[in-house]
Amino acid sequence: MNLDGLEMVAVLVVLALFVKVLEQFGLFEPVSLEDSVEDEFELSTVCHRPEGLEQLQEQTKFTRKELQVLYRGFKNECPSGIVNEENFKQIYSQFFPQGDSSTYATFLFNAFDTNHDGSVSFEDFVAGLSVILRGTIDDRLNWAFNLYDLNKDGCITKEEMLDIMKSIYDMMGKYTYPALREEAPREHVETFFQKMDRNKDGVVTIEEFIESCQKDENIMRSMQLFDNVI
Amino acid sequence: MAAGVAAWLPFARAAAIGWMPVANCPMPLAPADKNKRQDELIVLNVSGRRFQTWRTTLERYPDTLLGSTEKEFFFNEDTKEYFFDRDPEVFRCVLNFYRTGKLHYPRYECISAYDDELAFYGILPEIIGDCCYEEYKDRKRENAERLMDDNDSENNQESMPSLSFRQTMWRAFENPHTSTLALVFYYVTGFFIAVSVITNVVETVPCGTVPGSKELPCGERYSVAFFCLDTACVMIFTVEYLLRLFAAPSRYRFIRSVMSIIDVVAIMPYYIGLVMANNEDVSGAFVTLRVFRVFRIFKFSRHSQGLRILGYTLKSCASELGFLLFSLTMAIIIFATVMFYAEKGSSASKFTSIPASFWYTIVTMTTLGYGDMVPKTIAGKIFGSICSLSGVLVIALPVPVIVSNFSRIYHQNQRADKRRAQKKARLARIRVAKTGSSNAYLHSKRNGLLNEALELTGTPEEEHMGKSTSLIESQHHHLLHCLEKTTNHEFIDEQMFEQNCMESSMQNYPSTRSPSLSSHPGLTTTCCSRRSKKTTHLPNSNLPATRLRSMQELSTIHIQGSEQPSLTTSRSSLNLKADDGLRPNCKTSQITTAIISIPTPPALTPEGESRPPPASPGPNTNIPSIASNVVKVSAL
Repeated sequence: MNLDGLEMVAVLVVLALFVKVLEQFGLFEPVSLEDSVEDEFELSTVCHRPEGLEQLQEQTKFTRKELQVLYRGFKNECPSGIVNEENFKQIYSQFFPQGDSSTYATFLFNAFDTNHDGSVSFEDFVAGLSVILRGTIDDRLNWAFNLYDLNKDGCITKEEMLDIMKSIYDMMGKYTYPALREEAPREHVETFFQKMDRNKDGVVTIEEFIESCQKDENIMRSMQLFDNVI
Repeated sequence: MAAGVAAWLPFARAAAIGWMPVANCPMPLAPADKNKRQDELIVLNVSGRRFQTWRTTLERYPDTLLGSTEKEFFFNEDTKEYFFDRDPEVFRCVLNFYRTGKLHYPRYECISAYDDELAFYGILPEIIGDCCYEEYKDRKRENAERLMDDNDSENNQESMPSLSFRQTMWRAFENPHTSTLALVFYYVTGFFIAVSVITNVVETVPCGTVPGSKELPCGERYSVAFFCLDTACVMIFTVEYLLRLFAAPSRYRFIRSVMSIIDVVAIMPYYIGLVMANNEDVSGAFVTLRVFRVFRIFKFSRHSQGLRILGYTLKSCASELGFLLFSLTMAIIIFATVMFYAEKGSSASKFTSIPASFWYTIVTMTTLGYGDMVPKTIAGKIFGSICSLSGVLVIALPVPVIVSNFSRIYHQNQRADKRRAQKKARLARIRVAKTGSSNAYLHSKRNGLLNEALELTGTPEEEHMGKSTSLIESQHHHLLHCLEKTTNHEFIDEQMFEQNCMESSMQNYPSTRSPSLSSHPGLTTTCCSRRSKKTTHLPNSNLPATRLRSMQELSTIHIQGSEQPSLTTSRSSLNLKADDGLRPNCKTSQITTAIISIPTPPALTPEGESRPPPASPGPNTNIPSIASNVVKVSAL
C-alpha cells in the first residue's frame, strides 16, 4: 500500500507508542544496566577505626585524656572516621567566614595526609597535631617547611611560595584595611626570599629555612604560641 | 563560626603554623586559659530525668542559659546537679542542639509549648535546621492566624458602645445576625433575588397560544405582569445598593469591590432599558442587555458562604487555571493543524480550515464527541485517537491542585466557624473560673470572720469549715483583704449586690432626707440599670467596678438609713445577708481555684472614682461628701 507522508508519520508514531508500551511490560530492557552499578556503590560506606589508644599514646606526645577529647571532636564532625578533602575544606572554612580558605585548606590537607591516599584518618590528624603542638621547635619548622614544599622535592621555589602566599591572602577576603593590592603577595614573597634564601639561588632549602628561622626572633617567639593550644 | 565545629578550633589554631614563618611582624599574645579545668561530666536533672553531658559541650553556645553562668542559679548543692523543672521531652531536643549543632522541631510537640521552652533556654527559634524549619514555620503561622482570628472577633464584640447610625447599618449589612431588622432585610433581599431570577427564566417559556397568533413566550404574553415584577425587584435592589453605599465606611473602596459591581450590573439593564425603550435602532443592543440580568444570581454569594469560597478558590488557583488554559490551547492548535492536513485529502471533509478544526479538537479533547465532524482518513483517525487520549491527561493534571486548594480553604472556614462557636464556651469557662476564684475569696472571708468569732467563743464544731485553704490561697486572700482595707470597701458578689440594690430602693423611699431621697431612685436605677447594661459586655472587667460604686452607695445608704449603727452590727448585718445570698453559692464555689487570677483590683479604685460623675446630676454633689463621710465613719 502506498502511504502518503502524513500517513507514514502516523504509522511511525503508532509503532513508537507500541514499543514504549512493551517496555513498560519489561519485554525490552535497553537501558537498565547503569543504574544497578550505582546502587551497589552506595551500600558500602567507608568506616575507619583508629588504632588503639595505647598505640596512639606511644606514637604521639598527647596524654590519654587529650586524645580522648580530640577523638570526640574528630568523630563528631566526621562520623565515618576519615576526612576527605571536601570535608576538610568545609570544616576549615567555618573559621574564616570572610575569605576563601579553600586553597590553604588544600595545602593543609596535603600536609596532613602523609601517605597521600586522599584521606586524613585520625592517626594522620593526631600525628600532625602532635608535631605542631607538642614537638620541638625544629620539628615544627620542619613541618612548616613540609607544608610550603608543595611538590615535596626538598626545596621551596618562588612559585610555590607565591601559591602559599596567595592562599593566605585569600583567607582575608575582600574587605580589609588597607585594601588588598594585587602585588601584595608577590612583594611578601620577595621579602621572604630575601630573608630566607642565603645563597640567593632562587630556592629555599630545608637547612636555609631552619637556619634563618632560628635567627629570627619573631618567628621563634611565635612558634611558642603553640604550646598552649590544647 | 559555627559552634558545632568548636571542637576543631585547636586544629585551626595549630594550622596557623603555616603563617608564622612568613609573617613579618610579631604575633599577638594568645589568650590564657586561666581556669583550665579538666573536661567534666555535668548532670542535668530535668523533672526527674537525668541527662549527662560534657561541660564543654554546653559551653559551645555561651549566650544561652545552659552555656552561660545562668545555669548556676539552678544548681542543687545537695545532689550536685542542675535541676530544671521543665519538660524533659523538649529538653532532649535542646540538648541535642548542643551536641550536634542542629536544632530540630519534633512534630508531635505543641508549637507554643516548644516556643516557651526555647525562650526559657535562651535559644532563638531561627536556628532550627532546614529539615524541620518549614514545618515549624507552618505550625507557627497557623497558630498566629488562630490568635489573630480570636483577637479580631474580640475587638468586634467590644466595639459595641457608641456606634453611629451609619456604622450600625453597615454592621447590619455585613453580619445579618446582629439584629432582627438586618435578618429580615437579608431574607427579603434573598427572596427578591430568587424571584428576579425565576422571572427571567419563566419569561422565555412558551406559554400557550393566544388564539389567532403563534405560540408566545410568557414574557410577551403577560408583559405587564413581568414588567411589574421586574420593576419591583429592581426597586428593592436599588434601595439596597444605595443603603449599602451610604453605610459603607469607605465608599470608594466599596464601589470598587466585586459585590457592588455585581449589584450595579444587575440593575443597570433595567434603567438603560427604561431610557432607550423607545429607540428602535438600539433595541438589538437592548436585547443583549437583558442577558446581564442573569448576573443577579451572583448576588446570592452574599447569602451563601460556599459560593464565596468557590470564588475565592478560583481566584487563588489562578496560576493553575492559567496553566491549564495554556496547555489546552497549545494542544488544540497542534492537533487542529495535524487533523487539517491529515483530512485534507479526503473528499467532502468538514475540516475546511485550521480554525474549523479547532472545534473538532476541543470536542474531542474534552471527550464530548458530538460527531458533527469526524475524520475519515486513516491518518486522521490515528491522530484523532491520540488527540482524545491526550485531552484526558491534559485536563486531569491541574484539577487536583484546584481541588486541594478548595478543600484547604473550605476547611479553614469550617475551622474558623468552629473556633467561633467554641469561643463562647471557652469564655464561659474562663468566666466561671474567675468567679470561682472570687467566690472562694468571699467564702473564705466569711469563714474567716466566723473563725474569728468562734475563737472568741470557742465552739469546736465550726472549726472544720476553715480547714483546707492552701498557703497560696490564704496569701492571695490576705492580699485581697489588704486591698479592701485600703479602699474601705468590700468585695461582694452579684446576687448580694442585686439584693442590696433592691433593698436600698425599698428601704429609702420613705426616708425624709431630701437630697439623698432625690438621689436614691436615680442612684438605684442607675446602679442597677448600669449593672444590667454591663452584663452584656465581657463580664470580667466591668463587674468589680460596678460593685465598688454600688458599695459606695450602699454604705452611704446604710449609714443614713439606719442612723449610724455600730460598726460590727452593720458589717455583720451585711454578712448575714451575705449568708442568705451566698449560701446557694457556697455549694458552687467548690470550683477549684487553680487559676489564681486577681480580678483587676488595681483597676477598681480609679474606675470607682470615675463612676460617680456619670450618674444623674443630682447626686454629684452629694456623693463626694457622702463618700467622705463613709471614709471617716465606716472604717470597714
